[in-house]
Amino acid sequence: MAATAEDIERKDKLEGIGCSRKRKEDPRFIQGQGTYIDDIKLPGMVYGALVRSPFAHARIKSINKEKAMELPGVLAVLTADDLKPLGLHWMPTLGGDVQAVLADEKVAFQLQEVAFVIATERYIAADGAELVEVEYEELPVIVDPHKSMDKDAPVIREDLVGKDEVGHGKRLHDNHIFTWEAGDEDSTDAVFDKADVVVRENILNPRVHPCPLETCGCVGSFDKVKGQLTVYMTSQAPHLVRTVLAMLSGIPESKIRVVTNDIGGGFGNKVPVYPGYVVAIVASIVLGRPVKWIESRIDNISTTGFARDYHGIGELAADKKGRIQALRFNVLADHGAFNSHVSASKWPAGLFSICTGSYDIPTAYVKVDAVYTNKAPGGVAYRCSLRVTEAIYLIERMIDVLAQKLDIDKAEIRRRNFVKADQFPYNTSLGWTLDSGDYETALDKVLKAVDYEGLRKEQAEKRARGELMGIGLSTFTEIVGAGPTKACDILGIGLFDSCDIRVNPTGSCIARMGTQTQGQGHQTTYAQIIATELGIPSEEVQIEEGDTDKAPYGAGTWGSRSTPVCGAAIAKAARKIRDKARKIAAHLLEVSEDDLEWDVDRFQVKGVPDQAKTMKEIAMAAYSDLPEGMEHGLEAVDYYDPPNFTFPFGAYVCVVDIDPATGETKIRRFYALDDCGTRINDMIIEGQVHGGLTEALAVAMGQLVGFDEGGNLQGNSLMDYFLPTAVETPHWETDYTVTPSPHHPLGAKGVAESPHVGGIPCFSNAVIDALSHLGVTHVDMPHTAHNIWKKLHELGVHE
Amino acid sequence: MSKIQVSFNLNGEPVEALVEPRELLIHVLREQLNRTGSHIGCETSHCGACTVDFNGESVKSCTLFAVQAQGAEVVTVEGLASNGELHPLQQAFMDNHGLQCGYCTPGMLMRGYRFLQENPNPSEAEIRAGMSGNLCRCTGYQNIVKSIQQAAAALGESDGEAKSA
Repeated sequence: MAATAEDIERKDKLEGIGCSRKRKEDPRFIQGQGTYIDDIKLPGMVYGALVRSPFAHARIKSINKEKAMELPGVLAVLTADDLKPLGLHWMPTLGGDVQAVLADEKVAFQLQEVAFVIATERYIAADGAELVEVEYEELPVIVDPHKSMDKDAPVIREDLVGKDEVGHGKRLHDNHIFTWEAGDEDSTDAVFDKADVVVRENILNPRVHPCPLETCGCVGSFDKVKGQLTVYMTSQAPHLVRTVLAMLSGIPESKIRVVTNDIGGGFGNKVPVYPGYVVAIVASIVLGRPVKWIESRIDNISTTGFARDYHGIGELAADKKGRIQALRFNVLADHGAFNSHVSASKWPAGLFSICTGSYDIPTAYVKVDAVYTNKAPGGVAYRCSLRVTEAIYLIERMIDVLAQKLDIDKAEIRRRNFVKADQFPYNTSLGWTLDSGDYETALDKVLKAVDYEGLRKEQAEKRARGELMGIGLSTFTEIVGAGPTKACDILGIGLFDSCDIRVNPTGSCIARMGTQTQGQGHQTTYAQIIATELGIPSEEVQIEEGDTDKAPYGAGTWGSRSTPVCGAAIAKAARKIRDKARKIAAHLLEVSEDDLEWDVDRFQVKGVPDQAKTMKEIAMAAYSDLPEGMEHGLEAVDYYDPPNFTFPFGAYVCVVDIDPATGETKIRRFYALDDCGTRINDMIIEGQVHGGLTEALAVAMGQLVGFDEGGNLQGNSLMDYFLPTAVETPHWETDYTVTPSPHHPLGAKGVAESPHVGGIPCFSNAVIDALSHLGVTHVDMPHTAHNIWKKLHELGVHE
Repeated sequence: MSKIQVSFNLNGEPVEALVEPRELLIHVLREQLNRTGSHIGCETSHCGACTVDFNGESVKSCTLFAVQAQGAEVVTVEGLASNGELHPLQQAFMDNHGLQCGYCTPGMLMRGYRFLQENPNPSEAEIRAGMSGNLCRCTGYQNIVKSIQQAAAALGESDGEAKSA
């Protein structure tokens, strides 16, 4: 039966899935009424400031608090010795290691937390921190991870000496953390030995930092009388934090409440638990007053959650036509001084084994060795799932290297190696089941849109004139939505997510989730899912997250898991409610349930639209007129354990022009086609793609957390660390195809990270393509004008 | 440390505060005067989250001492809407998805407010240059540019109406 105009109007009124609904978060943000961490002000609140080490590796000989304590307004100075009796001077990390909350006898990276000064005012706390006198004895420093396992290398973690394992199998050296492998080494070696063509390249994913505009912070508030701890903090995963705090403090989890309110961007930086949070909370427990700690920008870039630092060697074996027969990737991972890498317990190298990408590669082997260095700990997933950017960067670069070696067009070589649309579900040689995809259609659409052939022709003409023009391609597959609990847990807790929906008697509803928005617009899009599933206008759906006293338990928002995991929980919870609503409607209409059909916002007797009960009517009946034996109320909760990850994909093209004299790159065009399955809100998806591409631009073209030989960080403020402005950022062109996920209740796959994961290699491929006729097969990021100028100089381009 | 009395106009209302000479304007605005819309993102004048309008100029309040505000006319994001009506810029940011996490937004709005008075009919390139003292990590700027374009058109229209009236 064709939808009538009235049906369409009813549907539109709901503002459900597929509608570019305006955001419900915006009114408070545009009027300065958001509640970010530094906006929290509690009665009697005091302020904390951290004393940090100027050295990257040193023994602490003494700490003198006297002068600080004499400063009027200073209430306490905490050091590791003060935390020891409480057993809180070390804390567990998400990587299966431990990390010093305050340095215990030695420091192992520059700006490591040494002492915490608490004072009545922010400025006095900072003054007090200046007055704490720490005497250090400098130790030899390891900056280069390739030197970590040298025979005579200084031991970075004396606390681990004699331990042959730190959570992930045998260690080979005091500075070694783990070896992780996937695939079949012997059969891969055998293919390489006999292959027609082998390419090999050293490829670095440099150390970068997600750098959200709001730094990290926390207000710990312990009520001594009630024995209750309330923690306001910048966390992407408030429920997991509550569990960690209960484990650490011994306070019953039921007496701990974690509240996140509004978060000024996360991008992976706000997943871990940092020493600053812990000392502020401990100080609050000790003093019985609320204690606020707000990180400075320099501290943020220097000490909390860096990303990447993966030193890879990529190898591909292929036949003469460019069909890849085997892949071998070896990685040396620099995890800094403590392994606080964010990963699910069983995945110390994250989901790195997605590195076969969009290609049908029959044999593969990957190995990651992680080591300690005298640098800040971390290894967070910067706008990606765990280690997915690193993986996709390697494969998307290597396929270009192979194309160059065989002189095959870079689009054509991808086409020859794609997993074909009829091969799904497709089992990769490294153990993943790609649920769905149509890579060729996506690539064709993009090549046509940018007139790829025309661009290649133009490039040939320009090269003849000595001009540098590059065309970069990226045809990536992401893995998001961690994850199936049989494979994924953190600290033993499965990575499910949850939704609790309660429908009120008058037909509006409130819904709460275990995730935490940081700008993704959950308040808007989650309501759209419920609107479509329950026929309740999204305007009447109230969404709440980020208060552990209210929301059901969930693993939070990171790794693009909100829509793939929590979105599914929302749909399932709504469907439970709809099942009950059907029973109530049958009772009210005095028909059998089987005689009813769902129509937008009501159950109607099949073929008799006049005989119907709207969701609003059913909601009221749920509190008054029920079938015999049925419980009152209309609510449901769902904890969703996904059967698989989701695999969003895309095809991107970037066109650059490089100035041969200065090395400056101009991004002429960037065309991004994403397939994230079912699309809930086009406006928000496009916004996520713009943002992800801009963060990819930042990483590819300028970001670097670099060190000198002494372990001193070079450039840890926004004077040096590159965040693109509106001037460097090009105009983005976006496009999409829709290949729904077969196992997700809505067919949705997640989108926010694809543009970052797929964008970075696309920029690199464009820059390197511009130099490829000069024999260049790879240059490492960041592609700053200076770095490219140096390369051009090396190549003699200026002469 | 001895404190100094400072008085200025904030969003059209006279305000007073007792401040240390070293105290930054952003801290006084946020903590003493409870206008928490302006944010701190970098402490080095690069991100612009703390941008306020100061005597008719865009100023980064994280690198200005509060005592320098003596007698000044200061407008923050809280002063943009009037008589319960959003400023055309606020409306435009909402209409065009010009914000995500919202942290940079008050600074963006305040810079846009001054920028459109400096250049009421800007080109896209002029908008990008004019807004380049404000960083955003979420939006990739494209929808911010669109928002400023919409606001420029709306302000131009209401200006035109005012002139013809």
